[in-house]
Parts: sequence; C-alpha cells; structure tokens
Amino acid sequence: MNQAPTNPLALIAELTHRCPLHCVYCSNPLELQSRSNELSTETWFRVFQEAANLGVLQADFTGGEPLARTDIVDLVRAARAAGLYVNLITSGLPLEESKLAALVAAGLDHIQLSFQGAREEISNEISGAKSHAQKLRVLEWVKQHRIALTLNFVIHRRNIDQLEEMVALTETSSATRIEFANVQYYGWAFANRENLLPTRQQLDRSMAIIKREQERLEGRIRVEYVVPDYYAKYPKPCMGGWGRKLMLITPSGEALPCHAAQVISGLSFENVKARRLRDIWERSAAFQKFRGEDWMQEPCKTCDRREQDFGGCRCQAFLLAGDATATDPVCSLAPLRPKVDAILAAVNPASVSAGAGLAPPAAELLTRPSWLYRPNPT
Amino acid sequence: MTLELSSRPHLAPGCRLGENNQQRILQMPERALRLNGPSLEIVTRCDGKHTVQQIVSELQQIYSKAQPQKVEEDILGYLALLQKERALDFIPASATEA
Repeated sequence: MNQAPTNPLALIAELTHRCPLHCVYCSNPLELQSRSNELSTETWFRVFQEAANLGVLQADFTGGEPLARTDIVDLVRAARAAGLYVNLITSGLPLEESKLAALVAAGLDHIQLSFQGAREEISNEISGAKSHAQKLRVLEWVKQHRIALTLNFVIHRRNIDQLEEMVALTETSSATRIEFANVQYYGWAFANRENLLPTRQQLDRSMAIIKREQERLEGRIRVEYVVPDYYAKYPKPCMGGWGRKLMLITPSGEALPCHAAQVISGLSFENVKARRLRDIWERSAAFQKFRGEDWMQEPCKTCDRREQDFGGCRCQAFLLAGDATATDPVCSLAPLRPKVDAILAAVNPASVSAGAGLAPPAAELLTRPSWLYRPNPT
Repeated sequence: MTLELSSRPHLAPGCRLGENNQQRILQMPERALRLNGPSLEIVTRCDGKHTVQQIVSELQQIYSKAQPQKVEEDILGYLALLQKERALDFIPASATEA
C-alpha cells in the first residue's frame, strides 16, 4: 500500500540510556534500558556497516550519555571506517582530555556539546547534577584539539530569557554552530510540560534576539532555532516524515522511526539482532505504518500541506489526541487544536487578552518547580 | 560579507568530502550537499592553497563556453553560500600559507 522508501540519511545510535545527568526534558522513554540489555560492540559494528550499505551518511552517537560506553572509541572508529560521518552528542561529563584525543584520532567528525544554560545554577537545577564547570573545561579541550563543535542549548521557560548569555558563552568557544532547541514535549518533557513551556511573551522576545544574532554572526557562527511547536501555526515535519530520512536504534537494538515512537500503542518494533537494517527499513510494519498518505484523516488527507509536514508528528497525535493517525493537534487546522490552546492559556494567564505584554513574569516563574527527574538506569 | 579574491578558502572543521553510492558529497554537521560538475570542481579546490581568483580562472578555462563574467558571479555566490553554511573558512592573503 506504500511506495518504496528512499534510503535513510542518518542513523541515530542511542548507545546507552545510562547518563550522569537527570535532565527534566530528557528525550529517552520513561522506561529506560539497563546496561545488561545493551547491544554488544560487535553488533554495533555490523549495524554501522549495514547502515552505510543502505545509504546512510551520518551516525549520531547519543544516549543517555554515549561516553558511558567503555567501547566508545572503537565504535567511533568502526562507524568512520564504514564510511559514516560521526557525530557525538554528549554532555561532556565523563570526558577527559586523553579520551577526547583518542576519539579525534579514531575519526570523530564533530561534537555536539549539550548545555543546560549559560549559568551554573540553572544548569545544575535542570540536569540534577553538578555539570556546568566540567562543560567549560571541555570547551577548552575541544579548542585545543580543533574538532568541529556545535553547542546545543535546550530552551524552556526557565532559561529562554538567557539567550544572549548563551551566545556570549558560545563566542568564547570554537563552535561554528549553536542550536537553540526548544523542548519538544515527549517522554520526560511531557511529564514536566507545565513547568517547561515558555510564555508567548518570552517566545516573541526570543525570536527577535535570534534574528538579530543570526545577522550579527553570519559567516562566523550558524545560529539555529527550533521553536516549541505548541506555539506554531502548522506542525513540524517530524523527523522529515515517518520512515523517510532517519532510523533510530535503541540501546537494546530496537529500530524506531523516531525517539518517541514506542509511546504509540499497537506498534511493535524489529530488533537489529534479528533482522538486517535494510529489511527493517524497507519492510517492517512499524516503518511502513505511516509512510505515504493512506493512513491520513481529514483535514490532512486533502490538505495542500500534507507533502510538506506529513500531518505532523504521529507521537504527538497519540499523546494529545489518543490516536496516532489524527492530525497533529498543534496544527491550527486540527480539530483538537483547542486542547493545545487550553494548555497554552494555562501558561499565559490573562496577558494575551489584557494586552499586558510588558507584565513582569509571574511569581511562579521565579520559584523552583517540583521537577520529575529522569533516573540513571543500572 | 565580501569575499577577497586573494584569500584562500578551505573546508571548515567538521566538513569533508565524502562519497555515497558513487555520488560525491560535502558532509557537514547535520547536513550534506550533493556535489556535481561545477560545485565539485569548486569544492575540491577549496584546499587552502588556491586563491578565490585562481579558482575562478581555472573554472573559466574548464567552462570556456560559458561567459567568464557569469562563471565568476556563480563561483562567488556559491562560495558565499558555503561560508554562510559555515562549510568554509578563508585564509586572508596577508597570512602565510597554512
């Protein structure tokens, strides 16, 4: 019923769920895999080779904290040898300078270092760990070893007013890219949503700052901004469309079309231990499920934008509408958009209707929320 | 951003030439560009040795049927685009050869 897929471009290798941080918006599922379930070094080697054969260009090593794997240098070397561009997404916490040198020698192409803020206090609050000072040390090592660097700041209500400080921090580093990624509401972030969603006023201000900084830094640092889609008019083309561009492998070897896909009930996922990557990509039921347009409901089915955003995010549809085939409720055309508007109204008390755009932040914003922290699996 | 004709472009950290299914590509953090014909000719010369002027001259010879002025404009536009993407750095003429 679906057209033959093109090949995937990126492989997201979730090497482990173990992590020294406990970020309140972690994209890992609520049910974390333990170390004993993790794929072996040899299986990952095979997966990298199969991915390259399938046409994948880039491997994103992530987790959890990928450096928690003791074989990380071997994994980088193998992925690079298979012909992949190797990107390490890390908190920088378990890193030492000698380890960085070994990773660079093994062929690591790029590091994406995550920051929880520009200031020690908020960073440690969000990550539930003392993490900020170590990240600053890592910035110096990265500069010494001349490896390409992106700084990634996850943005939310508690730090969105500090974008300028984050840019200033980036300018002291050797980074050529900054990613300001507003939290997307899945997993742990979904559980902490009411304390993470920025206000509309905060968002508007942030957009103006980003535009100004993009112009100022053009040619030196690329500034990318991902807005929270609850505030968008149309949904994001999640992962570039279901089963169109990306493949994610969980620590235990399950192949998913995206980080959150396991929340959708009724889907079962194939494991790379049992099936070849090409087979999974081309034929597995989970990857076929939302390819093409046959599954779509109205208004998506006849919408002019359906080839642009593919109806939005299936996981978000499931989380908010209880139906993975529904139009993503963040879409202004979605029948369930009022549900998203109600969520936004709760974090934008009266200010919109009263036109009180310059009102000071509510006292609640200044006090520390009771976060649900993500634990570290054994 | 103006490009100095005497500067020498080279690939920025994290950017390298690759190949996939016989297609040459420029790999960068989070993205990849397909390179064909002129774009491949340009990028392979971004080696920190060729000046922008030399790249222009060499491509004007390769594409001798095209208008030289048009070739130059296209090259400068493409280099500016790659710089904006942060795929290129430029060594100024005043610097000693890297």
